[in-house]
Amino acid sequence: MNLYEHEAKEILAQYGVPVPEGHIATTSADAEAQARALPGHKFAVKAQILAGGRGLAGGVELAATPSKVGEIAKRLIGARLVTPQTGAEGETVERVYVETAVDSERDFFLAVIVDQSSGTVSVLGSKAGGVDFEERVKREPGIVETLNVAHDGSFDDAACAAFLGKLGISGAPAAEAGDIIAALVKVFLRTDATLIEVNPLTLTRDGTFCAVDAKISIDNNALYRHPEFATLSSGADGDEIEMQAQKDEINLVRLDGNIGVVVNGAGLALATQDMITDAGGRAANFMDIRTTATSLQVARGIGMLLSDPNVKSILVHIHGGGMTPCDTIAEALALALAWSDRKVPVVTRLAGHNADYARQMLVDRNVPHERCDSISDAVQAAIARAA
Amino acid sequence: MSILANADTKLIVQGMTGRSGTFYTDQAINYGTDVVGGVRPGKGGKNHIGRPVFNTVGEAMRETAANASMIMVPAHNAAQAMIEAIEAEMPLIVCVTERIPVLDMVRVKDALRGAKSELVGPNSQGVLTPGACKIGVMSTADAKPGHIGIASRSASLTSEVVANLSSLGLGQSTTVGIGGDPVHGIGFVRCLELFMADPDTQGVVLIGEIGGSEEEQAAAFLKAQSYEKPVIALVVGRHAPAQRRMGHAGTLSVFGSGNAASKNAALKAAGASVVENVVSVAPAMAEAMARA
Repeated sequence: MNLYEHEAKEILAQYGVPVPEGHIATTSADAEAQARALPGHKFAVKAQILAGGRGLAGGVELAATPSKVGEIAKRLIGARLVTPQTGAEGETVERVYVETAVDSERDFFLAVIVDQSSGTVSVLGSKAGGVDFEERVKREPGIVETLNVAHDGSFDDAACAAFLGKLGISGAPAAEAGDIIAALVKVFLRTDATLIEVNPLTLTRDGTFCAVDAKISIDNNALYRHPEFATLSSGADGDEIEMQAQKDEINLVRLDGNIGVVVNGAGLALATQDMITDAGGRAANFMDIRTTATSLQVARGIGMLLSDPNVKSILVHIHGGGMTPCDTIAEALALALAWSDRKVPVVTRLAGHNADYARQMLVDRNVPHERCDSISDAVQAAIARAA
Repeated sequence: MSILANADTKLIVQGMTGRSGTFYTDQAINYGTDVVGGVRPGKGGKNHIGRPVFNTVGEAMRETAANASMIMVPAHNAAQAMIEAIEAEMPLIVCVTERIPVLDMVRVKDALRGAKSELVGPNSQGVLTPGACKIGVMSTADAKPGHIGIASRSASLTSEVVANLSSLGLGQSTTVGIGGDPVHGIGFVRCLELFMADPDTQGVVLIGEIGGSEEEQAAAFLKAQSYEKPVIALVVGRHAPAQRRMGHAGTLSVFGSGNAASKNAALKAAGASVVENVVSVAPAMAEAMARA
C-alpha cells in the first residue's frame, strides 16, 4: 500500500521529521485560499498521485502568488498525469497539496529499505537528491551510500557520522540529520513500511533540514496489525479492478494487450507472458491465482477478463500443483462462461494435478474451448484467436 | 542421495493440527515421509492423525529425535514459529506459510545468524526428494527419483519443469523451493553448494525470476569456481513491464535489482546454460546429460 505524499508527511511530522507546512485542496478556489493562509511568499502545488516520477511529468509547480496557486491547481485537478510509473493511461489527479516552498541550499536523497540479500534494514543516502536522482543512480550506482541498521532500529553513531560525512554533511546539520535518520527508521519499523523515501531532503539556507517530498509504502502483508491505515484515502494501490481481484485471492495486473491470461502461480504467469510476447502476441493482463483461491473467486477473476472489451481471446494455462488442482480452475472457467453474455474464444492447456479430470469436466459440461497439450501450441492458438 | 531431505529425515510439523497442516501432513505420510509428530502449543500430549502432538519444538525434538520441521503456521505467528525452531537448533526448517510481514523476516534472519539451522522459505512449496521424502505442498505426481537437482523461486514452474524432465527420463535428486518472498532462508548459492557436494546430483536447474538478486549471487558464485556439474538456468519475466510489480514481491528497480536480461547475461557469463523459455529447460538438460 502506497501512501500519498501528504499522508506520508503527516506521519513523518508526528515522528519529528521537519516538513514544509501545507494543506490538501480539491478545488482551485480551495487551493488559492490554502495558499493565502500559509506562511512564506512562494508556494509549491503538487499533484497527489501514487506513482513516482510526477516532478518531471509536470505534476509539481512553484507559484509566487496565491492566485497563481489557484491557476495551477485548476490545471492539475482532474488532469491525467502520465509518468514512467503510471503506464500509458496515466493517473487522474483528484487533489493537490499546497505547501510553502523551501529555499534549497543543497538537496539530498534519503531512504529506508529492507536489503533483501542480507535481510537487514538499511538507510540509503546520496548527495545527488532531486527529481533526476532515479535517472542518475542508474548511470552512477556509486552515488548511493549505505548505513546498516540492527533489527531493533539501532545503529552505530560513528557509522552514522561516517555515512553523513560521505554525503558532505558535518557539523551542526549532521546532528539534525542523525535525528532525522533515527526518526525515519522508527517510522519504518513502527508502520511496517517496506520503503520510506525522502527526496529531496533539503538543507535550507538557514542550515536546517526539511523533507520536501516523501513516499511511504506499507507492507500489505502487515496491514492486519495496522488498522490505522484502513481509514487513509490511499486505501490500496490504484486500479479498481486489480483491487477487486485482490479480494478474490488473485494478483492481477492489467496490461495493454488483447489476450486474457489465466495462470496459477507467479512464475508460470511470467513464463507464459514471455512465450506470448516472443510469439508476437500481447497479454491483456498478468494473473497469478493464489493457492488459497476458491473456484468461485477464480470465476470472478475470469469474469473480469470476459467483461474487458480489449480481451479477444483467453488462454487458460494451469499446471495443477499440490494446492491448486486443475479441476478448481475448470470449474471456475465453466462458471465464468455461463455467467457471461460475451463469447470469447478460450484456449486451455492443463497439466499436473487432476488435469485429466479437469479436461473431462470441461467436455462433460459443454464448455466451449480449444484444448492444447503443449504450452507452445496453446500460446499460438490464443494469439491466432485474438487476431 | 540427495540434499536437505532423504529417507532418514524425521519430520515434525509446526501447525499440524490446522486445516492445511492436517491435509499436507497426511499427504506427506502417504508419500512415505517419516512424520514423527507435530507441534501445537496447548495441544501437547494429544494425538492427531496418528502422530503425537507436542507443545514446543524442543520437546518434540527430545521425544522423537526429529531433524526437520515443516511450518504451516498462519502468517501472523509464522516468524515466532521459525525463531522457536532456530533456537531449538532444528537442522532443517521448511516454512510454507505465505504473506509473512517482511520485518518479521528481518527478525528471523537475525535469529539465523550463526545458528545451526538451514531455513527454506517462507512462501516455499518446500523440499522434495522424490521417492524418499516430501516436506511441503508440491505436487508429486510427475516427480521421479533421479539425478537432477532443482532450485526454484516458483512452485508452478517447478511442477512444469519436473514433469518435463521426468517425461525425458530425467529424474530428480531433490527439488528446493527457495520461496517467493524478498527476505528468505537459503538461496540459489546455498543450493548450488549442496548440489555440488551431493555425489548423486549430476546436473542443476535454476529457475529464477525478475526482481531480487538471487540470480546475480548465483552467477557470482558460479564464476568464482569451476562448477563441475552442468547448470541450466531460466529467468522468467523477460517481457514484464519494468515499472509494474508482478508476481513475487519485487524490489526497487533503482537499486540494482536486475531485469531478466541482466540476470541472464550474468548467468551466461558465469558458465550456466541459459534457456529462454520454460519448455526449453528439460531438452537442454537432456542434451547436457548426453554430453557428460
